[in-house]
Amino acid sequence: MPFRKSTSLGAAILIAAGISACGGGSSSNDQATYQVVVTNVTSAQVLTPLGVVIHRPGYTAWSAGSTASIGLENLAESGNPAPFVDEAGLNINVDTVAMGTTPFTAGNSQTIDITTTYANNLELTVASMLGNTNDAFTGVTNWKIGRLNVGDSMIAMPHVYDSGTEDNVETAATMPGPAAGGEGYNPGRPSVTSVITIHPGVVTQADGLSTSALTEVDRWLGPAAKIVVTRTQ
Amino acid sequence: MKSKNWKSLVAASLATGLCAGTASAATWDITITNLTHGNHFTPLFLRTHDANTHLFQVGENAAADVELMAECGDNTLLVTSAGNGNFANNPASGVLAPGANTSTSINTASDETRLSIVAMILPTNDAFIGMDSQLIPVAAGTYTYYINGYDAGTEANDEILNAGVPCDSTTTGMPGAPGGDADSGATGVAGADSNTNIHVHRGTLGDATANAGGSSDLVSSIHRWQNPVAKVTVTVTP
Repeated sequence: MPFRKSTSLGAAILIAAGISACGGGSSSNDQATYQVVVTNVTSAQVLTPLGVVIHRPGYTAWSAGSTASIGLENLAESGNPAPFVDEAGLNINVDTVAMGTTPFTAGNSQTIDITTTYANNLELTVASMLGNTNDAFTGVTNWKIGRLNVGDSMIAMPHVYDSGTEDNVETAATMPGPAAGGEGYNPGRPSVTSVITIHPGVVTQADGLSTSALTEVDRWLGPAAKIVVTRTQ
Repeated sequence: MKSKNWKSLVAASLATGLCAGTASAATWDITITNLTHGNHFTPLFLRTHDANTHLFQVGENAAADVELMAECGDNTLLVTSAGNGNFANNPASGVLAPGANTSTSINTASDETRLSIVAMILPTNDAFIGMDSQLIPVAAGTYTYYINGYDAGTEANDEILNAGVPCDSTTTGMPGAPGGDADSGATGVAGADSNTNIHVHRGTLGDATANAGGSSDLVSSIHRWQNPVAKVTVTVTP
């Protein structure tokens, strides 16, 4: 059982589901395939194409309170996952990377299948921008998947983070999503907070930010995505 | 979950049922606390079940019984769907006020390892608190969970109070405001949901005044919330 005694589960932390109690992984030379399904559980945000990384301990894509990497800044401001996964690929602890090609709207999902050499300490990182924001992203990093047997799944509903690389001005010129159609990545724009934090949410026109390109439907509370990882091979 | 209330879990959890097969009948003493600042919960509905069934799932359509609960606070269809299964309905004998808690006990069957809990959040159009098929340990102990507010995806969040009108899945507006702190005459906040699946609720908007009129019959300084919206403790006695 994953929990003993009084286990406090935060609203947005990982929820184990379907983890087999009879352990025993595969031998280390086998291939493993993981299916990653991300569902957009916001009201009306668009999630940008997924960046997916299979790695070992020693790679961490982000950490709240630390500065975002250039790859993550790209992903969080523009939604383009390529610089993020390219950057990951340079890390000696990274095994395999993959990415989606299209954004997906609220209520819809994106599925990525990714195959790597099996190891019992494999970890998963998934990242996606909330497109109708300046620099909000969601995802998981260092999610331990090495103990999953074939057929087993885990579910996460992670936090939404602010990359700390661009002020949340919400103007049409500064957000790439369909609500705005503005600029994506720009390393020159300032941020009052220069490290990754939990995103404070969007203000929108509805709350009196008249220069915002957003309406009240673009708001969210807590998690924006449901991530299910299943080992299929 | 459109036509069938108890749908097979997509994720392959059969292995769990087999490998974690040490589950046996137990007593769960469950306490639910309303953590919101200014919202009531309609009668709570608690259901125990095995690993392959769900009352609702985030990212899926709401079934008719969940829709009626989320829009009207009416558990009639949930009780019907539960049949002879183990459930608890309305442990608070009415609504649960902000900060209040209520308790109930359920004796689980030998194959039941999961707990689901739902109740509508009032005043809203179709917000509900939701615990979806939470795995409860078999070992004796007290376990604490925090749960989110969800949007059933079945009704526009217009935030217009429509109290005193018989509520069903076709009526619009918010069916009641037990705190007596909503107003009237709003023009309406939002149109139909763009995400018609169950999703994490974006929260209510409200407006800045408790006077009649404005865009919302809610008051933004009273009726907003952050997740989590409820605390659930489960004491397991094998």
